[in-house]
Amino acid sequence: MKVFGNFTTFTPISMDILIEALNLHKSFGETRAVDGLNLRVAAGEIYGLVGPDGAGKTTTLRLLCAALQLDRIKDDEQSSIRISGYDAVRQTELVRAQIGYLPQRFSLYEDLTVLENIRFFAEVRGMSSADWRPRCMEILGFVGLDPFVDRLAGHLSGGMKQKLGLAAALVHRPRVLLLDEPTTGVDPVTRQDFWQLIIRLASQANHDHAEVAVLVSTPYMDEAARCTRVGFMRAGRLLIEGSPADLRLRLKDQILELRGQPLDMLRHLAHADQDVEDVQMFGDRIHLRTRLGSRDLVEERLTQRILAEGGEITLLRPVAPQLEDVFISLLDQPNSSS
Amino acid sequence: MSIEVIHATNLTRRFGDFTAVDHISFTMNAGEVVGYLGPNGSGKTTTIRMLLGLLIPTEGEASVLGYDVVRQAEQIRERVGYMSQKFALYHDLTVGENLAFYAGVYGERSPARLAEVLELVGLSQLEGERVSDLPVGWRQRLALGTAIVHRPKLLFLDEPTSGVDPTTRRAFWDLIYALVDEGVTALVTTHYMDEAEYCGRVGIMRDGKLLAMDAPSTLKTSALPGLTWDVFLDGVSSTGASSLLVALNALETCPCVLRAGLVSDHLRAITPADVSAETLRQHLDEAGIEGLRIDPAEPTLEDVFLALATR
Repeated sequence: MKVFGNFTTFTPISMDILIEALNLHKSFGETRAVDGLNLRVAAGEIYGLVGPDGAGKTTTLRLLCAALQLDRIKDDEQSSIRISGYDAVRQTELVRAQIGYLPQRFSLYEDLTVLENIRFFAEVRGMSSADWRPRCMEILGFVGLDPFVDRLAGHLSGGMKQKLGLAAALVHRPRVLLLDEPTTGVDPVTRQDFWQLIIRLASQANHDHAEVAVLVSTPYMDEAARCTRVGFMRAGRLLIEGSPADLRLRLKDQILELRGQPLDMLRHLAHADQDVEDVQMFGDRIHLRTRLGSRDLVEERLTQRILAEGGEITLLRPVAPQLEDVFISLLDQPNSSS
Repeated sequence: MSIEVIHATNLTRRFGDFTAVDHISFTMNAGEVVGYLGPNGSGKTTTIRMLLGLLIPTEGEASVLGYDVVRQAEQIRERVGYMSQKFALYHDLTVGENLAFYAGVYGERSPARLAEVLELVGLSQLEGERVSDLPVGWRQRLALGTAIVHRPKLLFLDEPTSGVDPTTRRAFWDLIYALVDEGVTALVTTHYMDEAEYCGRVGIMRDGKLLAMDAPSTLKTSALPGLTWDVFLDGVSSTGASSLLVALNALETCPCVLRAGLVSDHLRAITPADVSAETLRQHLDEAGIEGLRIDPAEPTLEDVFLALATR
């Protein structure tokens, strides 16, 4: 895991690094959308780019697929994007051929059938007439739309449209898949299906598919936890990255769950404890982040205080931290004046 | 004694042949924080618009603070606060001017009240800042300020935390609970499964239907058919995503598993209540997958949603 300072140095490209971005900058007027971003994603990885709206996630993806140009930077600094070894500035066409991109709002032709839509994308990608049909059937089979080839795209459910969008992004066998908030606001049932496809894609290495690198942006913490690696983005930079398990280890033995009555009294008493760093109110329970090494002490002291105040404890126990706990503990809190 | 602030009976709204909200019935009492959870397009905003008296129900009825949503919409709108998904703020006005504008709409002219609201939402220092210069988190607080300036007893918050970072989101929820301490009741929509856990009760919406509404812990025991298990692949030699799918497949075909799914970097299985970790492990061993760690798990609202949705 890495916590970034101002700059991170990189080791040379190894064979299976499919996305390598070094010191990316992109401004729109005064706004620095991407501000010195470094990113490496290897084949077989699913890298989650997590961050709020405006953190620079979409701009990063657009830079990587060469839909946007990098800002020029000072002569003594380097800035580059390599996709599957190709340089995004000098070998743009080769780079685009390596990338499948599913934007947040993708368009399908609603008055064309599923197969016609995929054929369109296949032909745009330069597939020959001999090649497109078997490939289209294969990719539609992969996303589970093969029974619906003749259905109009306009008559598909939201989840099926999503899968058709994914199939369109994959039709030319890209090695790098960029997904921009693919499941924001999507039904959890569809979300499960979609993630199984992504994991299968990243992990399958056979005669046809070399392993794929997936970069997915998401505002959901629980979704980020599905990735093999997660990077948290804020103000155009990565603040921290690591595997979900490694990130969670940072707060091992620091989180307590408290249930009892009355909840607001429990909350106030928890806030008042000198070794409690953060209090998270849930509808029917409270999570406390305790200072490193003080969990048992807090458990004991808080129990006494609550009982002394006439409160009632039904449960007070250590629980595993969530990714969200980790990020909150790491970030400075400019908006937490309440 | 609990006082009923919302009472909806068979509330329904159709647009052409599309049923956006389909015979919804629920009640909400003073002092509650109720979450209204569902994916985009499940009918959350349409429900709120009917409760605000902005949209006439096709069928059914509802009262808010004792007023009928069709015949007494004016009385409702004077007495509730509403924060819409797209915060309606004037970007070229300052924080103070935005608040004064909304206060004026409600006939609230006391400078002391404006100062009080700014204090409450933590924007006192930023009164003179133009909204266009503020980050999203501060705008969100201001939007909440404009919704509470006339001291409503009931707040409708429609996806108030979409697209903000976790720190801002948590600070915002602290604010909601501070208002609840002062006697406010809140109905909050969200499509974040984990966010709904902050609410005292949660209603789960899908395709216009309210599938269930109860306390998160009650939903977890009542809606789920048995026990929840986390299955980790720590001990499995070939790590990586593909082994997850192999294990998932083994779980899905296991006769004692009701539902299996991916959760972050591990798997989750729901089994009948009489299945033990040992039974589960035996089945997986027989399927040729060894070295898994199987722990009893705390179910999430996503588990509840999936159980209700696929029932």
